[in-house]
Amino acid sequence: MPFIVELIISLLIVIGGLFLLIGSFGMLKLRELLPRLHAPTKATTVGVGGVLIASMLFFWVERGHFTIHELLITLFLFLTAPITANLIAKAYMLLNVDPHTDLPPSEQNEGWATFDPVGPEGYDPSEEYEEKES
Amino acid sequence: MMMKRYLPHPLLSLALLIVWVFLVNEVSAGAIVFGAILAVIIPLITASFWQDRPKVGNVIAICEYGLVVLWDILVANVIVAGLILFRKAESLETKCVVVPLDLTSPEAITTLAGTITMTPGTVTIDLSADAKSLLVHCLHAPDAQGVIDDIKDRYERRLKEIFE
Repeated sequence: MPFIVELIISLLIVIGGLFLLIGSFGMLKLRELLPRLHAPTKATTVGVGGVLIASMLFFWVERGHFTIHELLITLFLFLTAPITANLIAKAYMLLNVDPHTDLPPSEQNEGWATFDPVGPEGYDPSEEYEEKES
Repeated sequence: MMMKRYLPHPLLSLALLIVWVFLVNEVSAGAIVFGAILAVIIPLITASFWQDRPKVGNVIAICEYGLVVLWDILVANVIVAGLILFRKAESLETKCVVVPLDLTSPEAITTLAGTITMTPGTVTIDLSADAKSLLVHCLHAPDAQGVIDDIKDRYERRLKEIFE
Protein backbone atom coordinates (compact mmCIF):
# COMPACT_ATOMS: atom_id res chain seq x y z
CA MET A 1 0.00 0.00 0.00
CA PRO A 2 1.53 3.34 -0.98
CA PHE A 3 2.57 5.58 1.88
CA ILE A 4 0.29 8.44 0.90
CA VAL A 5 -2.81 6.21 1.05
CA GLU A 6 -1.76 4.90 4.45
CA LEU A 7 -1.36 8.48 5.60
CA ILE A 8 -4.82 9.47 4.36
CA ILE A 9 -6.45 6.42 5.97
CA SER A 10 -4.77 7.04 9.32
CA LEU A 11 -5.67 10.73 9.18
CA LEU A 12 -9.31 9.89 8.51
CA ILE A 13 -9.41 7.42 11.41
CA VAL A 14 -7.72 9.88 13.77
CA ILE A 15 -10.03 12.74 12.79
CA GLY A 16 -13.09 10.50 13.09
CA GLY A 17 -11.97 9.23 16.47
CA LEU A 18 -11.23 12.75 17.64
CA PHE A 19 -14.74 13.95 16.78
CA LEU A 20 -16.29 10.89 18.43
CA LEU A 21 -14.25 11.72 21.54
CA ILE A 22 -15.27 15.40 21.48
CA GLY A 23 -18.91 14.35 21.05
CA SER A 24 -18.70 12.12 24.13
CA PHE A 25 -16.87 14.83 26.05
CA GLY A 26 -19.66 17.25 25.11
CA MET A 27 -22.24 14.93 26.66
CA LEU A 28 -20.18 14.96 29.84
CA LYS A 29 -19.64 18.71 29.89
CA LEU A 30 -23.09 20.02 29.00
CA ARG A 31 -25.35 19.58 31.97
CA GLU A 32 -28.86 19.91 30.55
CA LEU A 33 -30.61 17.53 28.22
CA LEU A 34 -31.33 19.84 25.29
CA PRO A 35 -27.72 21.08 24.89
CA ARG A 36 -26.61 17.47 25.34
CA LEU A 37 -28.60 16.45 22.29
CA HIS A 38 -26.13 18.43 20.18
CA ALA A 39 -23.17 16.22 21.06
CA PRO A 40 -24.26 12.95 19.38
CA THR A 41 -25.08 14.73 16.09
CA LYS A 42 -21.35 15.46 15.80
CA ALA A 43 -20.44 11.86 16.48
CA THR A 44 -22.87 10.49 13.88
CA THR A 45 -21.70 12.80 11.10
CA VAL A 46 -17.96 13.46 10.91
CA GLY A 47 -16.97 10.86 13.53
CA VAL A 48 -18.63 7.87 11.92
CA GLY A 49 -18.16 9.32 8.42
CA GLY A 50 -14.38 9.55 8.75
CA VAL A 51 -14.05 5.99 9.98
CA LEU A 52 -16.34 4.66 7.24
CA ILE A 53 -14.47 6.45 4.43
CA ALA A 54 -11.20 5.12 5.86
CA SER A 55 -12.70 1.62 5.82
CA MET A 56 -13.78 1.98 2.18
CA LEU A 57 -10.31 3.23 1.17
CA PHE A 58 -8.55 0.45 3.08
CA PHE A 59 -10.51 -2.40 1.52
CA TRP A 60 -10.28 -0.81 -1.90
CA VAL A 61 -6.52 -0.24 -1.94
CA GLU A 62 -5.27 -3.01 0.35
CA ARG A 63 -7.65 -5.87 -0.42
CA GLY A 64 -8.43 -4.86 -3.98
CA HIS A 65 -12.20 -5.12 -3.86
CA PHE A 66 -14.44 -2.13 -3.87
CA THR A 67 -16.81 -2.14 -0.89
CA ILE A 68 -19.72 0.18 -0.73
CA HIS A 69 -21.96 -0.94 2.11
CA GLU A 70 -20.27 1.58 4.40
CA LEU A 71 -22.31 4.20 2.56
CA LEU A 72 -25.46 2.39 3.69
CA ILE A 73 -24.47 2.84 7.34
CA THR A 74 -24.28 6.59 6.71
CA LEU A 75 -27.62 6.51 4.89
CA PHE A 76 -29.37 4.65 7.73
CA LEU A 77 -27.80 6.94 10.34
CA PHE A 78 -29.02 10.02 8.47
CA LEU A 79 -32.51 8.52 8.28
CA THR A 80 -32.78 7.45 11.93
CA ALA A 81 -30.69 9.88 14.00
CA PRO A 82 -32.98 12.94 13.57
CA ILE A 83 -36.04 10.90 14.56
CA THR A 84 -34.36 9.66 17.74
CA ALA A 85 -33.26 13.19 18.64
CA ASN A 86 -36.76 14.52 18.03
CA LEU A 87 -38.40 11.81 20.17
CA ILE A 88 -35.97 12.42 23.04
CA ALA A 89 -36.59 16.17 22.83
CA LYS A 90 -40.38 15.69 22.81
CA ALA A 91 -40.29 13.35 25.82
CA TYR A 92 -38.10 15.84 27.69
CA MET A 93 -40.35 18.77 26.82
CA LEU A 94 -43.51 16.98 27.95
CA LEU A 95 -41.91 16.22 31.31
CA ASN A 96 -39.91 19.37 32.06
CA VAL A 97 -40.88 22.32 29.87
CA ASP A 98 -43.75 24.73 30.43
CA PRO A 99 -44.81 25.84 26.93
CA HIS A 100 -46.11 29.20 28.19
CA THR A 101 -42.96 30.38 29.95
CA ASP A 102 -40.03 28.38 28.53
CA LEU A 103 -40.77 28.35 24.80
CA PRO A 104 -41.11 31.21 22.33
CA PRO A 105 -44.63 31.47 20.84
CA SER A 106 -45.06 29.77 17.47
CA GLU A 107 -46.25 33.03 15.80
CA GLN A 108 -48.96 31.00 14.04
CA ASN A 109 -52.62 30.24 14.66
CA GLU A 110 -51.74 27.00 16.45
CA GLY A 111 -49.25 26.31 19.25
CA TRP A 112 -46.42 23.78 19.29
CA ALA A 113 -47.62 20.33 18.31
CA THR A 114 -46.24 18.55 21.38
CA PHE A 115 -48.36 20.62 23.76
CA ASP A 116 -51.19 21.81 21.59
CA PRO A 117 -51.96 18.99 19.18
CA VAL A 118 -55.15 20.54 17.78
CA GLY A 119 -54.73 20.68 14.02
CA PRO A 120 -56.11 23.29 11.60
CA GLU A 121 -59.36 21.37 11.07
CA GLY A 122 -59.98 21.14 14.81
CA TYR A 123 -58.71 17.55 14.97
CA ASP A 124 -57.57 16.79 18.51
CA PRO A 125 -55.90 13.37 18.96
CA SER A 126 -56.20 13.55 22.73
CA GLU A 127 -60.00 13.28 22.43
CA GLU A 128 -59.59 9.80 20.97
CA TYR A 129 -57.53 8.66 23.94
CA GLU A 130 -60.08 10.04 26.39
CA GLU A 131 -62.87 8.18 24.60
CA LYS A 132 -60.94 4.92 24.78
CA GLU A 133 -60.20 5.35 28.46
CA SER A 134 -63.77 6.13 29.50
CA MET B 1 -50.23 0.37 -18.11
CA MET B 2 -48.39 -2.80 -17.08
CA MET B 3 -45.52 -0.64 -15.87
CA LYS B 4 -47.81 1.41 -13.66
CA ARG B 5 -49.46 -1.67 -12.23
CA TYR B 6 -46.35 -3.63 -11.30
CA LEU B 7 -44.00 -0.74 -10.60
CA PRO B 8 -46.22 1.84 -8.87
CA HIS B 9 -43.20 3.74 -7.63
CA PRO B 10 -40.24 3.36 -10.03
CA LEU B 11 -37.88 5.56 -7.98
CA LEU B 12 -38.55 3.57 -4.81
CA SER B 13 -37.97 0.33 -6.74
CA LEU B 14 -34.67 1.63 -8.07
CA ALA B 15 -33.60 2.77 -4.59
CA LEU B 16 -34.49 -0.65 -3.11
CA LEU B 17 -32.52 -2.45 -5.83
CA ILE B 18 -29.47 -0.27 -5.26
CA VAL B 19 -29.67 -0.62 -1.46
CA TRP B 20 -29.93 -4.41 -1.80
CA VAL B 21 -26.89 -4.63 -4.11
CA PHE B 22 -24.97 -2.37 -1.66
CA LEU B 23 -25.98 -4.59 1.26
CA VAL B 24 -24.82 -7.77 -0.49
CA ASN B 25 -21.70 -5.75 -1.38
CA GLU B 26 -21.11 -7.32 -4.79
CA VAL B 27 -22.59 -6.81 -8.23
CA SER B 28 -23.58 -10.37 -9.14
CA ALA B 29 -26.50 -11.83 -11.07
CA GLY B 30 -27.93 -13.38 -7.91
CA ALA B 31 -27.88 -10.12 -5.99
CA ILE B 32 -29.51 -8.21 -8.84
CA VAL B 33 -32.24 -10.81 -9.39
CA PHE B 34 -33.13 -10.97 -5.71
CA GLY B 35 -32.92 -7.16 -5.45
CA ALA B 36 -35.29 -6.88 -8.41
CA ILE B 37 -37.75 -9.26 -6.73
CA LEU B 38 -37.67 -7.08 -3.59
CA ALA B 39 -37.95 -3.94 -5.71
CA VAL B 40 -41.23 -5.23 -7.18
CA ILE B 41 -42.76 -6.75 -4.03
CA ILE B 42 -42.05 -4.01 -1.46
CA PRO B 43 -43.59 -1.09 -3.45
CA LEU B 44 -46.65 -3.26 -4.23
CA ILE B 45 -47.19 -4.02 -0.54
CA THR B 46 -46.60 -0.43 0.62
CA ALA B 47 -48.29 1.32 -2.32
CA SER B 48 -51.31 2.29 -0.21
CA PHE B 49 -49.04 4.37 2.06
CA TRP B 50 -47.75 6.38 -0.89
CA GLN B 51 -50.93 7.89 -2.25
CA ASP B 52 -49.91 11.56 -2.24
CA ARG B 53 -46.28 10.96 -3.05
CA PRO B 54 -44.28 14.06 -3.90
CA LYS B 55 -43.03 14.64 -7.42
CA VAL B 56 -39.25 14.63 -7.13
CA GLY B 57 -37.51 15.09 -10.43
CA ASN B 58 -34.78 17.65 -10.28
CA VAL B 59 -31.66 15.50 -9.90
CA ILE B 60 -29.23 18.43 -10.14
CA ALA B 61 -31.04 20.30 -7.36
CA ILE B 62 -30.94 17.17 -5.15
CA CYS B 63 -27.19 16.73 -5.69
CA GLU B 64 -26.59 20.42 -5.00
CA TYR B 65 -28.63 20.18 -1.80
CA GLY B 66 -26.68 17.10 -0.68
CA LEU B 67 -23.32 18.78 -1.27
CA VAL B 68 -24.38 21.99 0.51
CA VAL B 69 -25.58 19.97 3.50
CA LEU B 70 -22.39 17.88 3.63
CA TRP B 71 -20.23 21.02 3.51
CA ASP B 72 -22.32 22.71 6.23
CA ILE B 73 -22.06 19.61 8.41
CA LEU B 74 -18.26 19.67 8.10
CA VAL B 75 -18.01 23.39 8.93
CA ALA B 76 -20.52 23.19 11.79
CA ASN B 77 -18.69 20.18 13.24
CA VAL B 78 -15.50 22.18 13.60
CA ILE B 79 -17.35 25.17 15.07
CA VAL B 80 -19.25 23.07 17.61
CA ALA B 81 -16.10 21.12 18.51
CA GLY B 82 -14.46 24.46 19.30
CA LEU B 83 -17.44 25.52 21.40
CA ILE B 84 -17.41 22.29 23.41
CA LEU B 85 -13.66 22.30 23.97
CA PHE B 86 -12.92 25.96 24.64
CA ARG B 87 -16.06 27.53 26.08
CA LYS B 88 -17.46 27.23 29.58
CA ALA B 89 -20.83 25.51 29.52
CA GLU B 90 -22.42 28.52 31.30
CA SER B 91 -21.21 31.03 28.71
CA LEU B 92 -22.97 29.28 25.81
CA GLU B 93 -26.08 31.11 24.68
CA THR B 94 -28.42 28.15 24.19
CA LYS B 95 -31.81 29.27 23.02
CA CYS B 96 -34.83 28.20 21.02
CA VAL B 97 -35.53 30.03 17.78
CA VAL B 98 -38.72 29.94 15.72
CA VAL B 99 -38.28 29.32 11.99
CA PRO B 100 -41.41 30.25 9.99
CA LEU B 101 -41.90 27.83 7.09
CA ASP B 102 -42.74 28.53 3.45
CA LEU B 103 -42.72 24.82 2.64
CA THR B 104 -46.07 23.05 2.66
CA SER B 105 -45.48 19.41 1.68
CA PRO B 106 -44.92 17.09 4.68
CA GLU B 107 -41.99 15.36 2.97
CA ALA B 108 -40.18 18.65 2.44
CA ILE B 109 -40.73 19.73 6.06
CA THR B 110 -39.49 16.34 7.31
CA THR B 111 -36.35 16.65 5.17
CA LEU B 112 -35.74 20.18 6.42
CA ALA B 113 -36.22 19.14 10.07
CA GLY B 114 -33.87 16.17 9.61
CA THR B 115 -31.25 18.34 7.93
CA ILE B 116 -31.37 20.88 10.75
CA THR B 117 -30.91 18.11 13.32
CA MET B 118 -27.99 16.50 11.47
CA THR B 119 -26.17 19.84 11.26
CA PRO B 120 -24.27 20.16 14.54
CA GLY B 121 -25.30 23.08 16.71
CA THR B 122 -28.99 23.00 15.84
CA VAL B 123 -31.69 20.44 16.70
CA THR B 124 -35.30 20.55 15.56
CA ILE B 125 -37.42 19.91 18.62
CA ASP B 126 -40.96 20.72 17.56
CA LEU B 127 -43.36 21.74 14.82
CA SER B 128 -46.36 24.01 15.26
CA ALA B 129 -49.68 22.16 15.08
CA ASP B 130 -50.57 23.79 11.75
CA ALA B 131 -47.10 22.91 10.32
CA LYS B 132 -46.11 26.52 9.68
CA SER B 133 -43.23 26.96 12.14
CA LEU B 134 -40.31 24.87 13.31
CA LEU B 135 -38.90 25.17 16.83
CA VAL B 136 -35.12 24.87 16.59
CA HIS B 137 -32.83 24.55 19.59
CA CYS B 138 -29.41 26.18 19.11
CA LEU B 139 -26.33 25.31 21.14
CA HIS B 140 -24.81 28.77 20.71
CA ALA B 141 -26.74 31.49 18.91
CA PRO B 142 -25.95 35.06 19.85
CA ASP B 143 -27.61 36.08 16.58
CA ALA B 144 -30.96 34.27 16.37
CA GLN B 145 -32.07 36.06 13.20
CA GLY B 146 -28.85 34.98 11.47
CA VAL B 147 -29.62 31.31 12.21
CA ILE B 148 -33.14 31.69 10.81
CA ASP B 149 -31.86 33.44 7.66
CA ASP B 150 -29.22 30.73 7.15
CA ILE B 151 -31.78 27.93 7.39
CA LYS B 152 -34.25 29.68 5.11
CA ASP B 153 -31.71 30.69 2.49
CA ARG B 154 -29.47 27.64 2.38
CA TYR B 155 -31.92 24.76 2.92
CA GLU B 156 -35.50 25.85 2.56
CA ARG B 157 -35.05 27.67 -0.75
CA ARG B 158 -33.37 24.59 -2.27
CA LEU B 159 -35.97 22.19 -0.85
CA LYS B 160 -38.67 24.36 -2.39
CA GLU B 161 -37.05 23.83 -5.79
CA ILE B 162 -36.89 20.06 -5.22
CA PHE B 163 -40.33 19.37 -3.79
CA GLU B 164 -42.59 22.13 -5.09
